Amino acid sequence: MSDLLRAGLSGDDRSYGRFLEGAARLLRGFCARKLPPGLPGFDAEDLVQEILMAIHAKRHTWRTDEPVEPWLFAIARYKAIDAFRKHGKRIEVDLSDHGEAMAVEPDETGIVALDVQRAVDTLEGRTRDVVTAISIEGRSIEETAKRLDISKGAVRVAFHRGLKTLSERGGS
Amino acid sequence: MQTDRLIAELQADAAATPRPKVLRWPLVASSAVAAAALAFVATIGVRPDFTEALQTIRFDFKFVLTAILAGTALLALKELARPTGDERKLVGLLVPFLLLLGSVVIELSVVPKAFWEMRMVGKNAVSCLLTIPLLGLVPLSLFLYASSKRAPLRPVLQGALSGLAAAGIGAFFYAAHCSDDSPLFVATWYPLGSAILVAAGALIGWRVLRW
Repeated sequence: MSDLLRAGLSGDDRSYGRFLEGAARLLRGFCARKLPPGLPGFDAEDLVQEILMAIHAKRHTWRTDEPVEPWLFAIARYKAIDAFRKHGKRIEVDLSDHGEAMAVEPDETGIVALDVQRAVDTLEGRTRDVVTAISIEGRSIEETAKRLDISKGAVRVAFHRGLKTLSERGGS
Repeated sequence: MQTDRLIAELQADAAATPRPKVLRWPLVASSAVAAAALAFVATIGVRPDFTEALQTIRFDFKFVLTAILAGTALLALKELARPTGDERKLVGLLVPFLLLLGSVVIELSVVPKAFWEMRMVGKNAVSCLLTIPLLGLVPLSLFLYASSKRAPLRPVLQGALSGLAAAGIGAFFYAAHCSDDSPLFVATWYPLGSAILVAAGALIGWRVLRW
């Protein structure tokens, strides 16, 4: 694992991908143990993904001369606590009780599109910009990257994050 | 989205930037010192009798103390900016604390009781309370910024340490201006001025150093 990340940090992205796969395998057991069961809209695999994103964003804070596992699990614990804080206190509402009241008839007046816009507007900062550009304005990843002056990878990560937030909100 | 899809995206991102660039700590620290020095020279400057004062031990001790405070706080700050940072590095902060305590004890033993109050109150209490935070403002921002680009596990502590390191730098320069040299003054007003930066750092850290 340490060798793979070392290679990844010096520019070998395939080793980096293999490092992330290994990390995901290690994290699945960890997340299943850490995550209290029954959090609505957030399961162990979501936590694995959040930790992977954090590892990716903070990969430069690993010192190449230290073993990678303690570093990886330090980040995992931090994100697990963070996830519990964010998702643990959410109140579950059973939508089927309110099905009739909430049913929306898709129509031509653009009400549904307006709802999408409103939902996207609840996202924060960069994530909102990216989701707006791709989902609502229909721009490509390249265009969005150029327009916001960030890397294509950053656009992909932000897009993924935004969609996940929206689907979590929608599901609870 | 599937996890393997996410991994492929992260891998693609790493292909573009294998290793994100961050400001190195030596650069962060020297910029902080340079900014405080510049602000100091441009505003209050050294006291008129600076050269003569250098011959007195009480004046010189202020620089030793504040430099050690800045140094130990910076070391702790740098260490705890990493997820695997060793919290035992915080013990170093005892050094400036014990030095200050020791200097107070010595001062109390060599100065007659009748002068204690005068020395403690001094003439620069208000300017001390204001100047240390003002000189530390840019250093604090730099340390918070540098921390936010890393991965501190304890945002509030990291912010407080940023404030403490900034206070050490601000106090180092302020010491060259202030005409109160007694450890009784230093132990009373310097920590109060520093506390403003520590509290500000902790508060901002709590808001901006979470990731």
